[in-house]
Amino acid sequence: MGNWALRAENLSKDFRLHLQGGVRIPVLADVSLTVEPGECVALAGPSGAGKSTLMRCLYGNYGAGAGRILIRHGDAVVDLATADPRLVRAIRRDTLGYVSQFLRVIPRIGAVDIVAEPLMARGVARDAATARARDLLLRLNLPERLHNLPPATFSGGEQQRINLARGFAADYPVLLLDEPTASLDAANRQVVIGLIEEAKARGAALIGIFHDTEVRDRIADRLFDVAPIQDAA
Amino acid sequence: MSTPLMEARGLQLRFGRVAALDDVAIDIHPGEVVAIVGESGSGKTTLLRVLSGLMRPDAGAVTYRGQDVLAMPEAARRRLMRTEWGFVHQNPRDGLRLGVTAGGNIGERLMAVGARHYGNIRAEATEWLKRVEIDPARMDDIPGKFSGGMQQRLQIARVLVTRPRLVFMDEPTGGLDVSVQARLLDLIRALVADLGLAVLIVTHDIAAARLLAHRILVMRQGQVVEEGLTDRVLDDPQHAYTQLLVSSVLAA
Repeated sequence: MGNWALRAENLSKDFRLHLQGGVRIPVLADVSLTVEPGECVALAGPSGAGKSTLMRCLYGNYGAGAGRILIRHGDAVVDLATADPRLVRAIRRDTLGYVSQFLRVIPRIGAVDIVAEPLMARGVARDAATARARDLLLRLNLPERLHNLPPATFSGGEQQRINLARGFAADYPVLLLDEPTASLDAANRQVVIGLIEEAKARGAALIGIFHDTEVRDRIADRLFDVAPIQDAA
Repeated sequence: MSTPLMEARGLQLRFGRVAALDDVAIDIHPGEVVAIVGESGSGKTTLLRVLSGLMRPDAGAVTYRGQDVLAMPEAARRRLMRTEWGFVHQNPRDGLRLGVTAGGNIGERLMAVGARHYGNIRAEATEWLKRVEIDPARMDDIPGKFSGGMQQRLQIARVLVTRPRLVFMDEPTGGLDVSVQARLLDLIRALVADLGLAVLIVTHDIAAARLLAHRILVMRQGQVVEEGLTDRVLDDPQHAYTQLLVSSVLAA
């Protein structure tokens, strides 16, 4: 105890759909989860149980309905659920990374710049950030001729590898991974397993959703069950 | 954390029976990009005009780096607008001098803050034309010969050449073709990040707000109905109006 990197306490989340007559959909109730540095926790549970919702809450993308999301940010412990937007941005820059399933492409921005951007946001010089980005893209088998192109027309697997390179470029102390290997072939799955093992070895805390059980068994230290809410009640 | 660059509290403004601003408060911090979204008539452009001193509210307070903007003499406000502030109009013709060359439009702002050396001004204008992707060979053309997208890029160069701290943008991509909008948005995004500008941008384009803004305020009928981190407001909207706004956008 006491050494955790991220700790969710009694987290609840429901969605109120004003356009559907104000119907309220409860998704998470009273979820508590603690992750230590160097540990990888895999979220388990059937489709629709709220695994992705939990991940989005942990990233601050969804607001928490109730409860706290404590994260060790530098020397401080911060509650992400109530943090000011500027503080959430600082946490995302320095402490908390998120690899979603889909890449959000920006017109005219090349793959290498998408990957280098989180490093440059921390003040890393362009040359150093770009070199690190190219290394990661090559490691993920994205050929050099694609590095400078905007990935809007790339395949799903290529876009996912750019997303992964971006997520692993900045050595976040806490990293959230939503189906990081969903559209990858076997060779690239092995690369991702290697990246995750290295992140654990340097002390990163990881939380992931892995439908690929082979990947999950290789890298997860334990499973955390996310139960559909009617079962939990 | 940092102290705000600009702060406004309790802003009220009525046009006859219509409340254009109804108890609006806003902060803008250094280097922060804040988008104001909402439908036509929601009060978002009025808010921009009040904050930049172009319009007086019926009640409320606006401070910029500790100075009371509303109590400021007109000359002092104009000086701020030439130096520390910039205003990018929706229609570039409102922000450019159409009878003056492209280089002159940029150089004029520099001269207004004291630049006198012709060679330096021309060199700086050349540099800024390149930064906004206009061929410096067009330096001596008047902006009336430019396309709408080029005019808008020229207006942005004219505003940014004096390195303002705070830039107000009113629907900067509003009158442009979609293909031109993407280029302009990307350009604004890169310049804002490079220069560390604080920007207050009014737009009805949710995708533009997502791309550019760190924080969003949603306005409706003169009130701020929801505000917060951009991706949280757009992905987990709480207010009925924000839910309507977000769900009305067609995914391309």
